[in-house]
Amino acid sequence: MVNKASRRTNPLIGNDSWNIQLDSKGRLKHLLTIEGLGSEILTSILDTAESFANVNQQRVKKVPLLRGKTIVNLFFEASTRTRTTFELAAKRLSADILNVNISTSATSKGESLLDTLQNLQAMLCDMFIVRHSDSGAAHFIAGNVAPHISVINAGDGRHAHPTQALLDMFTIRRNKGHDFGRLRVAIVGDLLHSRVARSQIHALNILNTGEVRVIAPKTLIPTDIEDMGVNVFNDLESGIRDADVIITLRLQKERMQGALLPSEHEYYSLYGLTAERLCAARDDAIIMHPGPINRGVEIESRVADGARSVILDQVTYGISVRMAVMSMVLGREPEAADAEAHA
Amino acid sequence: MDEIAKPDQLLEKLADDVKQLLDERNIDDPLMVGIHTGGAWIAGILHAKLALSQPLATLDISFYRDDFSRIGMNPKVRPSSLPPQVEDKHIILVDDVLQTGRTIRAAMNEIFDYGRPASITLICLVDRSGRELPIQADIIGQHLQLGAEQHIKLSGPEPLDFIVT
Repeated sequence: MVNKASRRTNPLIGNDSWNIQLDSKGRLKHLLTIEGLGSEILTSILDTAESFANVNQQRVKKVPLLRGKTIVNLFFEASTRTRTTFELAAKRLSADILNVNISTSATSKGESLLDTLQNLQAMLCDMFIVRHSDSGAAHFIAGNVAPHISVINAGDGRHAHPTQALLDMFTIRRNKGHDFGRLRVAIVGDLLHSRVARSQIHALNILNTGEVRVIAPKTLIPTDIEDMGVNVFNDLESGIRDADVIITLRLQKERMQGALLPSEHEYYSLYGLTAERLCAARDDAIIMHPGPINRGVEIESRVADGARSVILDQVTYGISVRMAVMSMVLGREPEAADAEAHA
Repeated sequence: MDEIAKPDQLLEKLADDVKQLLDERNIDDPLMVGIHTGGAWIAGILHAKLALSQPLATLDISFYRDDFSRIGMNPKVRPSSLPPQVEDKHIILVDDVLQTGRTIRAAMNEIFDYGRPASITLICLVDRSGRELPIQADIIGQHLQLGAEQHIKLSGPEPLDFIVT
């Protein structure tokens, strides 16, 4: 099943290249965006992650699946959680992982990105995990690497952060069951700059979520967001009313240019998720946040640390979900990969 | 080819043999572990017949296979349900068909990643020709001589039957 909405050109990455992530048999070769993936692939990633969650309970938290594979963490933008959980996931699959520090690498000596990639390819790597501040960077890299190399997008500009969305779906499923049709999910905060929210909305749509709401001041909502099939709210309390899941987003100050907000203080007074405001949501609503959290800006400490918060579970589940993606991508039947390489 | 008995016929005797072996070895509280999928069905039946007190555990060896780089990821992998503590436990490992021995090698590797068991006893419904590793079962339902091109598979869980192709 292909999501029809994804057939149009994506304004952020400028071309219709969502489908380069599947091989000729429809299996995941790269993971660049959630857009265009079928519910079958999405569900199978979540199911596989469920099995890896058990591995993470073993005394020896390691399986020999990706022995001999080499994975490169290629982070052009700062990250702690995502980079380290990818690293742990690779290690628990017995792969070898390199962390290339771009700021001190040859790129800063004037080497072009493609030259850097070719050098890493010459070191016989199997997978690049890419984070970049430009939308479309992972697509660009996937389109320019040797055929045997897979690329996982670990966040590109405002465009996509597919593994974050997957671990969020995994967290929702663990807490609320497999039937997304009866769920009301509210995403609160800086949607304008959020690649996480975009990927979440695509994933929630593919899993047929009952209702997806987005809540933010008008200046922080992308103009085309309603085309994604969400309901837009500018008032926090009415937006989270009867919600089963509330996802708060970080205010991305580093990406803000111009006067989108009067002040953090005013943002908190209107959109900060406080224990008081939370009363509007369902009693059993869970609170999520992709991190890093800004306490007292988008969320009150009492809520972030409260009984309904699953923010740290999200981090733990991120390891299992990334193990699932890596092993599915690198575990495709090699004959198919070879055939493509020789095609 | 030898006459193949029905799984139900084999299971009665298998349960008796296991009981006798446990008595001989002075094992009174074993942990029974069935390998997905056929082995888990057999283990379920043996577990009930022997009225074991420790809950039945199951193992999916997909993450420990030695042919991952040749055949790729099993798209239908299920979570293993081994208790986190297998340390010093007497394990009865159950599978339906023992052929190359590679599944049992993978299963033992996985068990050791949970802890160091006191012992592992291997029970198989069918022991067929084609061994590629030095692995033998302690108790076997039936020995079969099959050609390399012949395959035997357990279908089930209700009713259990062998499919030979």
